[in-house]
Amino acid sequence: MATTTAVAKAPRPEGPPNARKRRSATPKKLPYLLIAPAGLLMLGFIAYPVLNVFYTAFQNENPTKPWRNGFAGWDNFTRIFTEDDQFWSTLAFSGKWVVVEVGLQLLFGLALALIVNQTFVGRALSRAMVFSPWAVSGVLTSAIWVLLYNSQTGITRYLADMGLAEYGSSWLSDPNTVFSAAVVADLWRGVPFFAILILADLQTVSKDLYEAAEVDGASRLQQFFHITLPHLKDAIVLATLLRMVWEFNNVDLLYTLTGGGPAGQTTTLPLYIANISVDAHDFGYASALTTVAFVILLFCSILYLRLSKFGGDDK
Amino acid sequence: MAVTDKPQAAHTGTPAGPGGTPARTRKERRAWDEAPRWQIYLPLGVYLVFTLVPFYWMILFALRPAGTTGMLPWPITLDHFEKVWTERSFGVFFQNSLIVGVVTLFMTTLVSLAGGYALARFNFRIKRGFMLALLCSQFVPGALLLVPLFKVFAGIQMINSLGSVIIAETVFQLPLSMILLSNFIKNVPYSLEEAAWVDGCGRFRAFCAIVLPMLRPGLVAVGSFAFVHSWNHFLFALMFLSKQDLQTIPVGLNTLLSADSVDLGALAAGGVIAALPVVIVFAFIQKYLVTGFSAGAVKG
Repeated sequence: MATTTAVAKAPRPEGPPNARKRRSATPKKLPYLLIAPAGLLMLGFIAYPVLNVFYTAFQNENPTKPWRNGFAGWDNFTRIFTEDDQFWSTLAFSGKWVVVEVGLQLLFGLALALIVNQTFVGRALSRAMVFSPWAVSGVLTSAIWVLLYNSQTGITRYLADMGLAEYGSSWLSDPNTVFSAAVVADLWRGVPFFAILILADLQTVSKDLYEAAEVDGASRLQQFFHITLPHLKDAIVLATLLRMVWEFNNVDLLYTLTGGGPAGQTTTLPLYIANISVDAHDFGYASALTTVAFVILLFCSILYLRLSKFGGDDK
Repeated sequence: MAVTDKPQAAHTGTPAGPGGTPARTRKERRAWDEAPRWQIYLPLGVYLVFTLVPFYWMILFALRPAGTTGMLPWPITLDHFEKVWTERSFGVFFQNSLIVGVVTLFMTTLVSLAGGYALARFNFRIKRGFMLALLCSQFVPGALLLVPLFKVFAGIQMINSLGSVIIAETVFQLPLSMILLSNFIKNVPYSLEEAAWVDGCGRFRAFCAIVLPMLRPGLVAVGSFAFVHSWNHFLFALMFLSKQDLQTIPVGLNTLLSADSVDLGALAAGGVIAALPVVIVFAFIQKYLVTGFSAGAVKG
């Protein structure tokens, strides 16, 4: 979709041969020259590694067991689907994590964007403040929430002091609370991303539409559902998709906050893959898992775009 | 609600009667344009608390002497900072992170400026394929490519050099930056550039004189993304840099986090050091970000 509009819109500098004289680079070669650095970098450091993963998925490759190395056929894949219980449990956790995180982020992000889109005293400052966690890394988020969840000195300690003793434990090591604790920490950083994207799009809604709706006697709620939400649809779909992929791939936060624990309870599929390749050095098997993760991501993305009819069905 | 009788007043434009119709209309309009104050301030206040308390908590721990429990950082001590900066080598990490961030910023901006210009201004045979590749690469998780990337960098002997991290960060920033910048360039009228050629400028000079100044919001958005992202990113540095004096801030923080007994004061001080540059950058560019997104990413 983006490509077609781009092609249609872009002017044709090569155009008439009598156009003003060109210096140096002939225009035929110029665009290729301009995309060459980006193209080469992406070929070398994205395309090649991806192909390498697909290739390695069919190999036994483990530097600690060199005698087994060689072509493995579909062995790695059958092992994933028949023997590996951890694959299924980490996949299930990944799904739960993505759905809960993205759902809540969308909800709060939308609400936050609607609020800071209003005019009120102190808007610029409060925007800067509520958006600021967006700039913060996953590791830093972990550091901050480790301080907050600390059972001796954290916020949880004050809850215990207030008589809510059952909330006083260390939330990150308790299997009952670790999921919610991680979700809240990631929400803190994730909501601003949604809010910024949605706010950017909110500002492009024409004011006339609201005035017309007002004249026709539409309530604020009706205006929201009939003007605001349809207008935001593309931005929401795009933000949700990007965020889903991102949350699925998110390793920083859980790796440093819970380390996948307690007892593997917060291990996502990418975290599991990282453990297998980095700790166990089983590169072949990790590559097969990565391939499966790619396929799942691709499938979910296509499905999501189809279901949400991205770009409208007018095309 | 009282809306129903308002349209008539608005349409017929009846002059101000004794009942003061226009005055009431204006008042109602205000009410419709803006939500009631409490509907703004109450949820915003709640959300602000959620946002700011964690920051406060970190600053509190960073400034509070070890062993005290007050809710105000008083008396203030800078011991934690000193300890983290020298003993935990955050000074070195800070320098490394700064190098990675700034070089990534310039590489990303330059490379995506060139590519974005080509995408915005030319039609060429592989353009569709290239755009498709850009979009697809959005779904490739850097985290899952760690091992093959490691092999590539080992092959070109760049393990344990900041260059590997800079290249990896740049590459994963490129697709989005290029799409964003090409959208910005499309918004600059082509006729302006052509006019400059007629006046005898070369393509490059015309670009520098006409297009570049109008791209400032886009460049700020792309550059700050690149900086913030590479400042924050953790895995590439963790994997590709095993020498301690080459590590970056997030890796240093992770070391503090995974220590056997977490030194909370040091962790908090490290956190403040990690947060300060990006939060300052963010405070300045926040305005550009929203316009950057609305002009570029979302419409793309």
